[in-house]
Amino acid sequence: MPETGAAKADVRAEAARLLSVFEGQGAQVVEADILQPAGAFLDLYGEDIRARAYVTHDPVLGEAMLRPDFTVPVVEMHMHGGAEPARYAYMGEVFRAQEEATHRAREFFQVGYELFDRANPAAADAEVFSLVSQALDGLNLTPATGDLGLLLAAVKGLKTTERRRAALLRHVWRPRRFRALLDRFSGRALMPEGRFELVAQADPMECDAPLIGLRSHAEIAARVEALREDMASAPISGQEVALLEDLLGLRETVTNVLEHLRDLAVDMPAIAVAVDRMEARCDALAARGVDVSNLGFEGSYGRTSMEYYDGFVFGFSSPDRPDLPPVATGGRYDALTRVLGQGREIPAVGGVIRPALTLYLAGGAS
Amino acid sequence: MSIKLGVPSKGRLMEKTFDWFGARGVTLSRTGSEREYAAAVEGIEGVELVLLSAGEIPRELAAGRIHLGVTGSDLVREKLGLWDEKVQELALMGFGHADLIIAVPRAWVDVTTLDDLDAVAAAFRARHGFRLRIATKYHRLIRDHLRDHGVADYQLVDSQGATEGTIKNETAEAIADITSTGETLRANHLKILAGDPVHKSQATLFKSRKADWGGDNRAVLTTLQSRLGLDG
Repeated sequence: MPETGAAKADVRAEAARLLSVFEGQGAQVVEADILQPAGAFLDLYGEDIRARAYVTHDPVLGEAMLRPDFTVPVVEMHMHGGAEPARYAYMGEVFRAQEEATHRAREFFQVGYELFDRANPAAADAEVFSLVSQALDGLNLTPATGDLGLLLAAVKGLKTTERRRAALLRHVWRPRRFRALLDRFSGRALMPEGRFELVAQADPMECDAPLIGLRSHAEIAARVEALREDMASAPISGQEVALLEDLLGLRETVTNVLEHLRDLAVDMPAIAVAVDRMEARCDALAARGVDVSNLGFEGSYGRTSMEYYDGFVFGFSSPDRPDLPPVATGGRYDALTRVLGQGREIPAVGGVIRPALTLYLAGGAS
Repeated sequence: MSIKLGVPSKGRLMEKTFDWFGARGVTLSRTGSEREYAAAVEGIEGVELVLLSAGEIPRELAAGRIHLGVTGSDLVREKLGLWDEKVQELALMGFGHADLIIAVPRAWVDVTTLDDLDAVAAAFRARHGFRLRIATKYHRLIRDHLRDHGVADYQLVDSQGATEGTIKNETAEAIADITSTGETLRANHLKILAGDPVHKSQATLFKSRKADWGGDNRAVLTTLQSRLGLDG
């Protein structure tokens, strides 16, 4: 069900036009199978992907998915012997189940550009952003940007236990759960039911039921010990929480944010490197002609999207049509290459455009 | 023209449904031989009884092939995406009570809440190299519930029966299933996580939004609803 009512042939032609823009920048055009093994997607996104992707079954291959995105297959292809640096472009349908939003498209074209480059991450970020921006020129879209690298750095720098930092990092992409953990670790919320009772016992491991299943006695004992450690740890200070909230609540132009971040970094030295990176990106964007003094930045941008972005994130939306999904999105996903590369990794950044929407907005008709 | 009422074809759910309608002056009965799935309605004109598996009633309602149907509220929510756009609850019937719950081994002394389960799932995946397995047949309800509560690093494995045995058999680490008394769970050394159940189910009379409500059917429904004491 298309959101825009455009004929598929027209969307395909628009996709081809955008692809040639990317190809003109020296990108190698690649293809990916529509039928993808489900394993990599499930391991990356967890069970939630089942609600968002079409899962099917092959009697020989096992579980398979109709391609929910290109990034995973393109990264896998690159990790199996791509040159460095590498620029890839692609176009094709992706499939997204829409259990709740039934008016949203279930299959739509994407045109994408992925850049694998170790040498200069700031320049790579700027290249992808400005290339997507140029491809969308004239559509009157509003860009939004963010940087998950700042948040990740801030969490890694919290003065608390390693376990608490790991728990927070694991849930950075689930804002509600992140908030609940932060409230608890900072003493603003109660411990979950049963925890005081457990550690207060003389022998917490005592139980009148036999142990069944794969999880061992040692694993249970280790967690009891971890809970003890956690209960004995000092709360994360109110000042640190306030700084984190300040970071998450940022909503300003990139230039103003940068100035503010310099001040924040005085009290939160852990983010200094990430702020340097952001400044370098800002310069690289300006060098490519992007008007950074009017470019928006949101501290929480990209937290609720797919779970792989871990640095620069961006999107382009139509201010006149807030009902439409973003016309283009993208970002940096270094950690994804680590997961899929089985030990190897390469910094990577990419972006996708939805040609059905560019066609629709260019036509101006409703 | 008549409206079709789908009712579970066997067992206590069928008997209780017959009792519930009977107490309100509408007599449902099976006719023909013991094994024949034929049925009759007395006490109201224009209602046809269809005996179906309780698990198929949600699908038949959604397709509009039956106008009304009695089944568990858990089955409707599990089997129909956007269920309340497809069917409407006319009456909670007050029997067939069962809670959809998540249970773990009682020997997991460190686990009381979903919060604990999430932490254990992370550690389990790091230790064993795969996501903690939860055996269930209620995939949609459990997945939505765990997402709402921010649980990650788990996987659902399908179990259509004897779900409580999967942990001992080491094909799952936790289970999610319907329970009414909890006896089977206790017998299998399992405990229910604290907090509200994932869903509190009971037998419910549903109306299909898609079925043909034209002609006399609307009037038949109105008569039936007033007979059943449902203001509609």
